[in-house]
Amino acid sequence: MTTIVLLAVTGLGLAALYFLAASGLTLVFGLADVLNLAHGLLVSVGAYTAWVTATSLGGSHPSTRDIAIAVVAGTAAGALAATVVEVTMIRPLYQRTFEQILITVGLSLAGVALLQIVWGTQPLTFPKPAWTATVSTIAGMAVPNHSLILIAAAATVLIGLTLFLRHTRIGLIVRAGVQDREMVIALGVNVRTAFTVVFAIGGAAAALGGALGGIYFGAIDPSQGAALLIFAIGVVIIGGKGSITGTAVAATVVGLLQQFVNYYAAAGAGDLCVIALLAAVVLVRPQGLAGGKTA
Amino acid sequence: MKSLLHRAWPVAVAAVLAILPFSAVDIPVLFDGPFAQPGTLQLLAMCLIFAGVVQSYDLQFGRTGLMSFGHALYFAAGAYPTCVLVRAGWPLWQAAAAALCAGTLLAVVLGAIALHTDGIGFAMVTLAFAQAGTLTITLNPAGLTGGDEGLVLNGPGLPAWLTGVTNTANLYWLALAYVCAAVAVVWLLMASPAGRIITGVRDDTRRVSVLGLNSYVVKLSVFTLSGVLAAAGGIVYVLTTGGVSPHVASTAFTLTLLVMVVIGGPGTRWGPVLGAVVYTYLDQRLTAVSGAVSVSPGTPGWLAGLLSQPLLLLGIVFILLVYFAPGGLSALRPRKSFGRTDTTPPGDFQKARRRVAKLRR
Repeated sequence: MTTIVLLAVTGLGLAALYFLAASGLTLVFGLADVLNLAHGLLVSVGAYTAWVTATSLGGSHPSTRDIAIAVVAGTAAGALAATVVEVTMIRPLYQRTFEQILITVGLSLAGVALLQIVWGTQPLTFPKPAWTATVSTIAGMAVPNHSLILIAAAATVLIGLTLFLRHTRIGLIVRAGVQDREMVIALGVNVRTAFTVVFAIGGAAAALGGALGGIYFGAIDPSQGAALLIFAIGVVIIGGKGSITGTAVAATVVGLLQQFVNYYAAAGAGDLCVIALLAAVVLVRPQGLAGGKTA
Repeated sequence: MKSLLHRAWPVAVAAVLAILPFSAVDIPVLFDGPFAQPGTLQLLAMCLIFAGVVQSYDLQFGRTGLMSFGHALYFAAGAYPTCVLVRAGWPLWQAAAAALCAGTLLAVVLGAIALHTDGIGFAMVTLAFAQAGTLTITLNPAGLTGGDEGLVLNGPGLPAWLTGVTNTANLYWLALAYVCAAVAVVWLLMASPAGRIITGVRDDTRRVSVLGLNSYVVKLSVFTLSGVLAAAGGIVYVLTTGGVSPHVASTAFTLTLLVMVVIGGPGTRWGPVLGAVVYTYLDQRLTAVSGAVSVSPGTPGWLAGLLSQPLLLLGIVFILLVYFAPGGLSALRPRKSFGRTDTTPPGDFQKARRRVAKLRR
């Protein structure tokens, strides 16, 4: 029983990471049909900014306050990087989806190379306060703190995004744009601003995932973002494009499936299971679990 | 006469390439030694292999409009089984045949599933499938694939004329034969009635369906053929480099192929080949130059670092190309032939303009 709870909580932690990385991806994809391959890079931007901040503030044993500042700095850096990329590189190619994707391809290749030049190819140990590596006892069950942090962060982002999509004007434009972009543009609504905002929010969420992922995995390396991106893409397909709720459900399924199968079958089998699930979803329900509903 | 020239010059290019291993010509800066030297031949062989693989990728991408992010999987499906089976003691030709079958089967099955989606969805699904390949390879089932370390090609079934530094010329010819075959298959296919249908699927899938043709079958056939050509490239690659590493199955590898196609010009006659040769050459040379630079004293550290990761420079050049040369390298030269991106005025117009300029003077 203890094992099951432990697996469930770490699986949910992983799911939270996938949700953070996938939420921006699915909105950008839903709104503009752009598959942002540089999204993994935004994860790394968050992770490395947090690493630099935490190391310079508190060395290898930062306090809780230091790590909180580091995570906030990472998230802000992700939002900033996403905004800069959108405004300077994606926006000039407005409605040229294919070229936009190519730009993100170039960015992802060059960005990882840059990370490798500056910080090397080897993993860096992520500095973290001692309590993040221990367990809390909830209702007699021991659960690891690093997973709890991720779950709390993802839940906050999920609630925040849902409120944003349902109760703000930009959220309304995003929901309408995901359903029928041409119609929204034809009605004279400025989709570009909404797109920039979605891009920035997605970047912030991905970077938050990167920074917290550093705590979760204990180390960061330049290829981590790309590896996470692949599962995030799987989550987007399974969840259905442009759907935050679908993404949350899909991330939970994928995280739990991966964790349980990896433990009970063989290490790595869980990852393959996720891809088999994806193939099944594509065959049976190509529009994904949510099938066109945004929030 | 003109059409004869048009047809003859690809053959002429191939003929020149075929006699290169006998040439003592030495181009100082571009290559380390004369063409006959194994190092130079190896570099050229890599360029040729990638030219063939990129041609296979362009068959999907530039010709049919299918953007796959998992082409590396089919390349690896040629490379890995060949390497594993030769190590297990199989004769090379049997191992290669088995690898080709594996590549074909994989392409048919995965293509049949992935083609239920289109556009970006297709890109995402193929990416996920390729990731399954990478995972399987790094998991190292039964110690077969060598995990992260990769495999070295050796075994009793390997013919002597394909091994050893002295036989690099044979490998070079093999690579040349492969690229000629890949280019010929794609060009002949596209010149045939089937090629028209493929172009139709790219430009207007719905219209092709209205004409009563099954676009799914067309796409799946193209996907399979493209996968087989990539697998063949993987086999030649494993022989040329004498081994294989998980990198050849990675998403980054597919993205590199995409970059090569876009640099050259998707869906054009020479673009993919040109893009692959330019990219592979720069990639290999920059790495070599960085090795030389970093040992020489007095080099600033940032320069050595910059050169050690060629992808940074290549990635930036690629982004600039997407902005400023959307049709790729092959769209840069003025063309008389028809094409969607062609904006060059016809020859007569040029002549008239020159005459007007003369009169003004």
